[in-house]
Amino acid sequence: MDSVLLIYKGIYILAIFGISLLIATYSTYFERKIAAFIQDRVGPNRAGPFGLLQPLADAGKLFFKEEFIPARANKVLFILGPGIAMLVAAMSSAVIPFGDTLILGETTFDLIAIDVNIGVLYIFGVVSLGVYGLMIGGWASNNKFSLLGAIRAASQNISYELAMGLSLIAVLMLSGSLSLKVIAEQQAGFNWNIWYQPLGFLIFLICAFAETNRTPFDLPESEAELIGGYHTEYSSMKLGMYLFAEYINIFVASAVMATLYFGAYNFPFMENLRNAFDDPVLGNNVVTILGVGVMFAKIFAFIFFFMWVRWTLPRFRYDQLMKLGWNILIPLAILNILLTGGGILLYDYFTKG
Amino acid sequence: MTESLFFFFASLTLLCAVMVVIAKNPVYSVIFLILTFFTISAHYILLNAQFLAAVNIIVYAGAIMVLFLFVLMFINTGKNVQGTVKGSIISKIAGAVAGGLLFVVVVAALKDVTLGHPDPATYNSQVGMVENLGKVLFTKYMLPFQLVAVLFLVSMVGAVMIGKREAGEQNF
Repeated sequence: MDSVLLIYKGIYILAIFGISLLIATYSTYFERKIAAFIQDRVGPNRAGPFGLLQPLADAGKLFFKEEFIPARANKVLFILGPGIAMLVAAMSSAVIPFGDTLILGETTFDLIAIDVNIGVLYIFGVVSLGVYGLMIGGWASNNKFSLLGAIRAASQNISYELAMGLSLIAVLMLSGSLSLKVIAEQQAGFNWNIWYQPLGFLIFLICAFAETNRTPFDLPESEAELIGGYHTEYSSMKLGMYLFAEYINIFVASAVMATLYFGAYNFPFMENLRNAFDDPVLGNNVVTILGVGVMFAKIFAFIFFFMWVRWTLPRFRYDQLMKLGWNILIPLAILNILLTGGGILLYDYFTKG
Repeated sequence: MTESLFFFFASLTLLCAVMVVIAKNPVYSVIFLILTFFTISAHYILLNAQFLAAVNIIVYAGAIMVLFLFVLMFINTGKNVQGTVKGSIISKIAGAVAGGLLFVVVVAALKDVTLGHPDPATYNSQVGMVENLGKVLFTKYMLPFQLVAVLFLVSMVGAVMIGKREAGEQNF
């Protein structure tokens, strides 16, 4: 039994890792296609049918480019930077429940890699580490533009982490648990957290954009003022790693938003569907498989939203960014906590007498 | 299993902590300090205190060390940082003596410490879980918890006061 579970977990973690990489790879393709659609162009259409092999061609090109390390750069940290960025990005999908349970024969398989009871804190911790890859890489390049990009990244991430944590607290007050699996289970059917936490979701969404360094918060790499920001000196696959880590971060941020606010793998009338089958095991499995599909549909919807915003909005100015984070989002998040607390107390007062 | 893991993490912690002190480049020191926090978090997990482990990473590795690195990057910008730790032979001797004295004090203080031996029959292994920790904080240790909150508020207000721009000062 134990060895079966161990092998299953190993395969599952590998699968999740592979899926994150695959989605990140094809995010680059869809980013360009969506950009092309918004700007009334065609987009990549040469490599393969509809340009579907474009990500492979891009990766091949990056691999064959010259591996360049600046002469006065700190070599160890210069190589370590993209590695850290990639590692941290790939770590966070471990605690996300992509589905409910599959029952095969006697065994029940949970569709979650590690079900820890501090899942939300784990995500938060990994997110807060994400900035090291950027900072170390930017500093090690020994280039003022890279350093400025790194410093912008650090101050931006620290500023928006606070508002992000505060907006999460309201969700935790509702759910009473730090486990993402429990939070997902509580949103069964159409009972999603977004109905109770619209303001919290908005704050979390904005902070997710800031934490993944996406437009309108891509100041660390704003090419107009900083050339390329923290990855100015990077070439070849080391640059590819940075860009790739950004797409994995988008995938994970989308998955976290879908889990926390949009009901994870739950969809309306899932209980009716489950009860429609005579065999409870078959019903459970069908609902789970549909749920996994629904979860990924939600994730793709969020990834699309990330891209939509990128090609619609211009970039913030640096002082606007700081003002939004500290003067608007944090007070709003605290207000949200107060409102949620008041709401819970009122609900308890009226329902429990 | 747990015991060998403990010894592995303990030796790793010590190695990283020593590297923090002997690394010549201050940026390396900070990176080793971050690694030290990670290995300490591993100890917390071995002790079944997952909440402490996560908070240790979030607060120390995720926020405070980023600020350390931030400041160091500003100080060292553009310069070759190799060999910043210099000193005459006298300061080295003074440092060794001071460190040795501190070590003696620590040994003397730890000499009479009795380690707690919880009764296995009544000991609750789930005591470090986040639910239990929260209950204890909000019942048994309510006053210290609130006092710490007030202390944080005071320091936050102080930081805002220091960082505030005076009237007439240039805005960017």
